Amino acid sequence: MLRDITLGQYYQADSVIHRLDPRVKLGTTILFIISLFVFDGVGGYVTAALFLALVIRLSGVPFRFMVKGMKSIVFLLSITVIFNLFLTPGEPILHLWKLTVTQEGVRLAVLLSIRLGFLIIGSSVMTLTTTPNQLTDGLEKMLKPLNKVKVPVHEIAMMMSIALRFIPILMEETDKIMKAQLARCADFESGNLVKKAKSLVPLLVPLFISAFRRANDLAMAMEARCYRGGEHRTKMKPLHYERRDYIAYLVVLCYLAAGVFLGKFLPLLLGSVFA
Amino acid sequence: MGIIKVRDLVYEYIRRDEEGNVEGITTAVDDVSLDIEQGDFVAVLGHNGSGKSTLAKHLNAILYPAEGTVWVDGKDTKEEKYVWDIRQTAGMVFQNPDNQIIGQIVEEDVGFGPENMGVPTKEIWERVEESLKAVGMYQFRKFSPNKLSGGQKQRVSIAGVIAMHPKCIVLDEPTAMLDPQGRREVIRAVRALNDVERITVILITHYMEEVIYADKVYVMDQGKVAIQGTPREVFSEVEKLKELRLDVPQVTLLAHELAKEGFPMPKGVLTNREFREALDQCMR
Repeated sequence: MLRDITLGQYYQADSVIHRLDPRVKLGTTILFIISLFVFDGVGGYVTAALFLALVIRLSGVPFRFMVKGMKSIVFLLSITVIFNLFLTPGEPILHLWKLTVTQEGVRLAVLLSIRLGFLIIGSSVMTLTTTPNQLTDGLEKMLKPLNKVKVPVHEIAMMMSIALRFIPILMEETDKIMKAQLARCADFESGNLVKKAKSLVPLLVPLFISAFRRANDLAMAMEARCYRGGEHRTKMKPLHYERRDYIAYLVVLCYLAAGVFLGKFLPLLLGSVFA
Repeated sequence: MGIIKVRDLVYEYIRRDEEGNVEGITTAVDDVSLDIEQGDFVAVLGHNGSGKSTLAKHLNAILYPAEGTVWVDGKDTKEEKYVWDIRQTAGMVFQNPDNQIIGQIVEEDVGFGPENMGVPTKEIWERVEESLKAVGMYQFRKFSPNKLSGGQKQRVSIAGVIAMHPKCIVLDEPTAMLDPQGRREVIRAVRALNDVERITVILITHYMEEVIYADKVYVMDQGKVAIQGTPREVFSEVEKLKELRLDVPQVTLLAHELAKEGFPMPKGVLTNREFREALDQCMR
């Protein structure tokens, strides 16, 4: 059923990662992405892989779930790899018809696929273990300092969560309107692109009208329940850091330090062992 | 003084064309006066366009009177400093349950009102629990509203209002979009609130069956109060109700028709039991 759709593919489970403060998860994801591009050499990537494996293990989300999320970007990934493989100038190692594979190309392609792959898996760990609501709450609290420069942080977060709440309702409505128009012999399938786009008009117009009407009703209902923006507002589920959140921050710091250290010195260490 | 007092209320919808010139004026509420006592169950009846929803929106300071005055708990709705007090005193439930549920989880939605009022976190949880229990939705507190039926969603909306601890609830056609089962659920919950918690209820509706439990009924037509009184008094005037294009409950209609044929039926029969007793009297 359409109404069962949850955005952000949340995976219901009760793990340490699920229970972490959303701010920790958001911050960690950002740091992890930066680290992927800062780390250099094999040591850094091994550390990143180990860290990612540890987090996935702790999250209790089956690995095939993450891979599922990867499928949609395989196409994009392969294009980047192919371009890098053939178009990087450098030492040629292989000739295929008119194209040349270079040593630097291989290096870059491997590096890039590792970075992109880790990036996607890493951020999907966050979306799989955090409900959209927690995410908006976390964002609101994280961005609160921006309030001082007159950014309406609370209002933006409220808009995001209302949008999330209305996605399934509007999907259902689209479905209903589509069926109603089909019953009147509307044709959404045949014809070229232009014709298809035109055939969407009888779908979109009623949908927009109804969305505006809903927005109007909702605004009235919110006012009737004393909503007047973020000031003087208390929270039913306030966010506050607990011990596990501090530990998580510590783990992330250790990871960053280890990554930088191993990235720099692993070749030297290995060299001294084998020498 | 009663909880709600309305004197000579007039409200006009002004239609404007694209340049902002006045095209026409529709008087939605025309010279209405009401008095509602604390703890009453009041029903407002009327067909579409009779002005009953416009009247309801005045009781919550969503609309302001063009003429006349509305006092809620002794406070004039036109005074801006009282707006939030009034909205807290007189909670409002709307017709479409989907368009008034803000939270993505039932309990979060019920907590929305208290959050806006600045109630401390611990008390919010207490209020959410007690109001969900009052409408019998406590076991659904972790559900997404999208997975509930219409009647359940509407009961969540009612819980959201009760959590603000209002003295009075205005329900604007809360059952219009529900199936019979959902309608029964909602009306049962509303009656329980009135009976047990002594919350004043103002029920706007066009279903006659929902009106028979009310202490007082106002029938509106073209912005004016056409008939007012107890349900029995109102339903005695079957001919007048028909003129106003309103149905009367089936037993009431049957009793009325029998009386017209010369049977000694009392006026304003409301329930099946009353009808049977009256019929027994006739047969004797």
